[in-house]
Amino acid sequence: MNPGDRLKPVTAVTAVTGGDGVALRVEGLHKAFGKLEVLRGIDLEVGEHEVVCLIGASGSGKSTLLRCINLIEPIQAGRIVVGGAEITEPNVDVNAIRRRIGIVFQSYNLFPHMSVLENVTLAPRKALRQSRGEASRHADELLQRFGLADKRDEFPDRLSGGQQQRVAIVRALAMDPELLLLDEITSALDPELVAEVLDVIRELAAAGMTMVIATHEMGFARDIASRVCFLDQGTILEEGPPARIFSAPLEPRTQQFLQRIVDAGRL
Amino acid sequence: MTAVVVVVTRSPGWGAFKAYFLDWSIYRDSFPEILHAFWLNVKLFCVAEAIILPAALFLAVLRSLPGPVFFPIRALAIAYADLFRGIPTILVISILGFGMPALGLSWLPQSEFFWAVVALVLVYTAYVSEVYRSGIESVHPSQEAAARSLGLSRGQSLRFVVLPQAVRRVIPPLLNDFIGLQKDTALVGTLGVVEAFKQAQIDQSATFNGTPYLVAATLFVLITIPLARFTDVLIARDRRRQQAGRLA
Repeated sequence: MNPGDRLKPVTAVTAVTGGDGVALRVEGLHKAFGKLEVLRGIDLEVGEHEVVCLIGASGSGKSTLLRCINLIEPIQAGRIVVGGAEITEPNVDVNAIRRRIGIVFQSYNLFPHMSVLENVTLAPRKALRQSRGEASRHADELLQRFGLADKRDEFPDRLSGGQQQRVAIVRALAMDPELLLLDEITSALDPELVAEVLDVIRELAAAGMTMVIATHEMGFARDIASRVCFLDQGTILEEGPPARIFSAPLEPRTQQFLQRIVDAGRL
Repeated sequence: MTAVVVVVTRSPGWGAFKAYFLDWSIYRDSFPEILHAFWLNVKLFCVAEAIILPAALFLAVLRSLPGPVFFPIRALAIAYADLFRGIPTILVISILGFGMPALGLSWLPQSEFFWAVVALVLVYTAYVSEVYRSGIESVHPSQEAAARSLGLSRGQSLRFVVLPQAVRRVIPPLLNDFIGLQKDTALVGTLGVVEAFKQAQIDQSATFNGTPYLVAATLFVLITIPLARFTDVLIARDRRRQQAGRLA
């Protein structure tokens, strides 16, 4: 069976977007922490079902960009449009927007006082007002699909890092987001646990989930990305299909960055 | 310990002390009356604690409201906590217990019990709100960020994610303050309310013997010790849990 057949978000996406095929558009985004300018004019367009990987050194602004798109960080200038609606307007309903955009963090951030099932069903029940039964059914489907069915009643501290991160992904998916942001989700994991998490992302990509992924896993980015963006000092210095970015980068800074990765034996 | 016992029992006044504080027949005779009066202490701290726990949580939440909009509310909450942690409890009890009925306002409750509860609630809410606040601040901001990123409102994140974790962490210090409250109910005797300590004073002046104080002390200890042990059990359980969490 095609894994996409079981994935609800895909159908949901086409229903809510205007049909112009653009899931996310970022225009002239500026973000500063005090005097420190972290993002200096980001322009980015992500089509529906596209998987965009953000690469670049630590501090280049990858995480900040994702946090701005999820409205966790206020921005100084620019526009962000998700599914045809500008989300950076002043009087916008922040909670309603966050329900449409899932984000998964490097540090999982599961709720330690709740079981796996409660972690996954909290937001659908409280933010989407689903009944307990409805939310649980959906959660069980997702847990089943990502091999976590036997963990539904465990608490997060009884799970491995890889399992916790998969639960965090399921928790985001339970909201049926039209866009999923992944912020270096394997960086805190032991090397042998990285694969199980990346497999989940591969399956999501195959099922047509629109994703923006900040990552240090270059091999993974080359495999999965429809497009790779190289961030340097708060701007997207270079972008293109992974085959070209990884084998024939145009910008000297991109070449330097990739060379360092190759030298470290990570590509 | 043995040394203390030896020094005390060999002291020149030991005989007089023993006669004054350790008279078994007086202990036996005054026990029922003081026990009866002690129920008032129990009523006092139960009623007060039932109000203090939610009121202090509310105050702690007010103090954690962010942004300049809520500055006046935060400032009021801080002023309240500073004031009532600064004034000795016995003064608050006296000022309210004697002062409020003296205002001669017929619509104000006149009962000493009522004002005693108000005084204890005011003082202990100030302390307990600080305990809650330390709990709220101990929950990592990433927890709230995760909750908000899922589309939960600020209030929902607080209620379902931050507060449950915060309260769980401060249960031991909360119980500590509860023990403090139980002991401070003895201060209410200054208003003339016949609680355990006041009853002991009455018995003392009737018999010219201090043993009734020992009776009152026994009763307080009997009720606070189990609570102290229970607190220890909770702390130990928390520590075990955290270690289990680290191993996993």
